[in-house]
Amino acid sequence: MKREPVLRVVGKMLIPYMLVFALYVQFHGDFGPGGGFQAGVISAAAVIFYAIIFGLPAARRVMPEALVEAMVAAGALLYIAVGFAGLLLGGNYLDYFVLDTDPVAGQHRGIFWVEVGVLVTVSGVMLKIFYMFAGRQRED
Amino acid sequence: MMAVIVIALIFQRNLFSVVVLAGIYSFLMATVLVALDAVDVAMTEASVGAGISTVLLLGALHLCGGEEAKPLQRGWLPLAVTLVIVGALVYGTLRLPAFSDPHAPIHTHVVPRYLEQGPKETGVPNVVTAVLASYRGYDTLGETIVVFTAGIGVIALLRRRRRDKDGR
Repeated sequence: MKREPVLRVVGKMLIPYMLVFALYVQFHGDFGPGGGFQAGVISAAAVIFYAIIFGLPAARRVMPEALVEAMVAAGALLYIAVGFAGLLLGGNYLDYFVLDTDPVAGQHRGIFWVEVGVLVTVSGVMLKIFYMFAGRQRED
Repeated sequence: MMAVIVIALIFQRNLFSVVVLAGIYSFLMATVLVALDAVDVAMTEASVGAGISTVLLLGALHLCGGEEAKPLQRGWLPLAVTLVIVGALVYGTLRLPAFSDPHAPIHTHVVPRYLEQGPKETGVPNVVTAVLASYRGYDTLGETIVVFTAGIGVIALLRRRRRDKDGR
């Protein structure tokens, strides 16, 4: 599909909006629908869209496999680290109230970092699975 | 409309149209969830069910061909097992409280506390996010670990295949 000018132009126009929408879903999740899972899937879908239009090697240049694999683990580790942060500051595991002097602000901070962890892991896993499947058909 | 699509799904032998119909089914499911005021779940259904899984299934289809193989024997035993399970599930739903009954146990246990105290305690207006990330933080941690494990599993399975090919 590399030589389809319409697809390439439309794709180039759409992908930035998809990524911005993913960030909106992520950070607006406190007020409207959305959160880490949805934002992770949307951002992964943006990269998959890019890979379908411009080919897998181009997508691998944008999001290298090593980075994607690191994301898979980093998100889960970030989530666990937030839990231990609460533990170190004198609360229970995954206790957000102690993360700031003001308990409500602490809750905000905890939810924010947990959602970032979910976002990173989900988008990493989705991309990795897609790379795995797409990479196989290239080899056959 | 969903019933029509499910029946079409059952009788369809071309796997490509099965995948497309399943995507349509997911979008219809998402609209049903919006009608039930579960916007967060609807968003997940539309993006995961209709988006990512359609792409992944199409990728798998490209690897294994687009026609369903003829079944080897008549599936009377699977049909009987399915019917028994469906019967048991329907029997289980008979005694459930009516839909959106305000006195159902699920609405009287912790839900009032979440709804009344949640915005004050967490400062987050969206109760779904508050419950998901804060009150039920352990569950969400578990879900994240499940997603992580799925990714690791796929990596482990497909990597080994590739190394075999190199060794030959």
